[in-house]
Amino acid sequence: MARITMREAISQALWEEMEVDQNVFILGEEVGVWGGTYAVTKGFYDHFGPERVRDTPIAEAVIVGAAIGAALTGLRPVAELMTINFAYSAMEHIVNEAAKLHYMFGGQMVLPLVIRAVGGGGRQLGATHSQTPDAIFAHFPGLKVVAPGTPEDAKGLLKESIRSNDPVLFIEHATLYQLRGDVPDSDYTVPIGKSKIQRPGRDATIVTYSKMLEISLKAADQLVQEGIEVEVVDLRSLRPLDMEPVIESFKKTNRAVIVEEGWRSYGVGSEVAVRIYEEAFDYVDAPIQRVAQKEVPLPYNRTLEQLALPQVEDVIKAVKEIL
Amino acid sequence: MDKREHFDLYYQMVLIRLVEEEAARLYQQGKIGGFLHLYIGQEAVSTGLISARRPQDRVITAYRDHGVAINCGISAKEVMAELLGKVTGASKGKGGSMHIADVEKNFWGGHAIVGAHMPIAAGMALGDQYQKSDNVTICMFGDGATNIGYFHEALNLSKVWNLPVLWVCENNKYGMGTSVERASAVPEIRQKAEGYGIPNSRVDGMDVIIVREAGMQALEHVRSGKGPYFLEVVTYRFRGHSMGDPERYRQSEEVIKWQENDPIGIYQRHLVEQKICTAEELDRLEEKVEVEVKEAVEFAESSPEPAPEDLFRHVYFEA
Repeated sequence: MARITMREAISQALWEEMEVDQNVFILGEEVGVWGGTYAVTKGFYDHFGPERVRDTPIAEAVIVGAAIGAALTGLRPVAELMTINFAYSAMEHIVNEAAKLHYMFGGQMVLPLVIRAVGGGGRQLGATHSQTPDAIFAHFPGLKVVAPGTPEDAKGLLKESIRSNDPVLFIEHATLYQLRGDVPDSDYTVPIGKSKIQRPGRDATIVTYSKMLEISLKAADQLVQEGIEVEVVDLRSLRPLDMEPVIESFKKTNRAVIVEEGWRSYGVGSEVAVRIYEEAFDYVDAPIQRVAQKEVPLPYNRTLEQLALPQVEDVIKAVKEIL
Repeated sequence: MDKREHFDLYYQMVLIRLVEEEAARLYQQGKIGGFLHLYIGQEAVSTGLISARRPQDRVITAYRDHGVAINCGISAKEVMAELLGKVTGASKGKGGSMHIADVEKNFWGGHAIVGAHMPIAAGMALGDQYQKSDNVTICMFGDGATNIGYFHEALNLSKVWNLPVLWVCENNKYGMGTSVERASAVPEIRQKAEGYGIPNSRVDGMDVIIVREAGMQALEHVRSGKGPYFLEVVTYRFRGHSMGDPERYRQSEEVIKWQENDPIGIYQRHLVEQKICTAEELDRLEEKVEVEVKEAVEFAESSPEPAPEDLFRHVYFEA
């Protein structure tokens, strides 16, 4: 076991896969000479060279489009979108091409493709650069959407994504890069589409993922001092969505709070809540709570921004609401 | 070109024409659903161009794709079966008219969002360049596609990375019902390639031999490592944009004038006048094509529908 940051975990996954498979290459804005806007690919350009670490123009449609085309020829491209907010400029290629080509042509076209994108608020970047639009992408069958919350999962899931023969949108969170955690020394992968209990408990179930896992675990730490033990289930993948650990936990606790950073309406919480009602209605002891971003474009001002984002106190309050 | 090669080109053009005429009939009978975009009038473009490729060269096009599919070697049966949504269709009945492909024949579709396949074409060329092959990707698109952002991102990247891609604009004068003059900042589409420093030319798309020769030269340029090339082929569609087009945007005199320039008629006259073959030989060939199309329709109509369980197949890769 080594204790490393999320940034190191993601970087190691990319590095190791590129070392073992010549077909893996990176393309995106500032991934090469610059070393990655978030320094994830620092040192890659010098080691792997300009053919395998390709700086692109600022043109998201052709970054994702070219990755799709290269994948069709048998390569395993990892396209980096500087932030997920720029994914809208590549929306056509993510949801209307990558997600559909395999199905639409009767299985002939295979797309071993990863799109890495950094999302999330909390860094005073204003409304256009701070979004958590994960649920939008999780809406589309044919795409896989992964959003890890720990270094161990990030490394294992990214390796799995690169080895997968499906298009994967791999969502990182900008304020998690410094998060530290233990990572196995072995060459391991984490399966896509498997939720995980990150903290056991008996009184209520928190369902969450990505940055909100960190917030939820902090809430759990505080709640335990008041004698409240919450179980924290980390979705890790939004599509395919693995509800089994969620339902199992809920059948035990009979109470759930869903914590996500994106907006509440039509969000991950809406989906998970209704799935619990559908699959475990007889076990419901209290209305399911949703903690999510306030329904405003995220403001620049620090106080207002934090007011809009879900906080530890919001999670604690929601848990107490249903006990 | 020897007589056999001429015969083959003529055969392909007639096959496309008759498949399309039959498709129009089947559409009117309600046997084909969705949208149907016919290639009638443009046969010389794809036939000439694709005849210039080697089998390892990739082809990708927009939604007016039946003719391109046939030129790439997909049988009339598989095209017709796809139009009828049958499991024996090129895309197993999941794609329809606009999404025909056969990757074994290096035909990569059949893409229905205007211009969106162009970044993908750049990526296929990148894949071949990365793998150090001398394959060329041929990307066909209409004049309408040259006004959307994907076109510009793709052309720019192809030049920046010196990608082995041949861009082929089929300028048939109208993006749906809006003429090039009303939609494009420049009257000749090839002028847009100039802006990206991509060598280009503009040729008559009603003469299959001219298109073939232009295609050969352009492919040679790309294959030799000189980067992308841009070929504008001027053509005309004789039918509406799709079935059910009221054609308010053009005068019937204009259509009639172009129909006098029928690419099959031009080629037929060429073959007979140059004594490459006789009119009787071509008539016999056409009769054979009629039989082939009839059999294709019978095959498509008698083919099974996809099974209900096929609904959930191929959403994701199946090991």
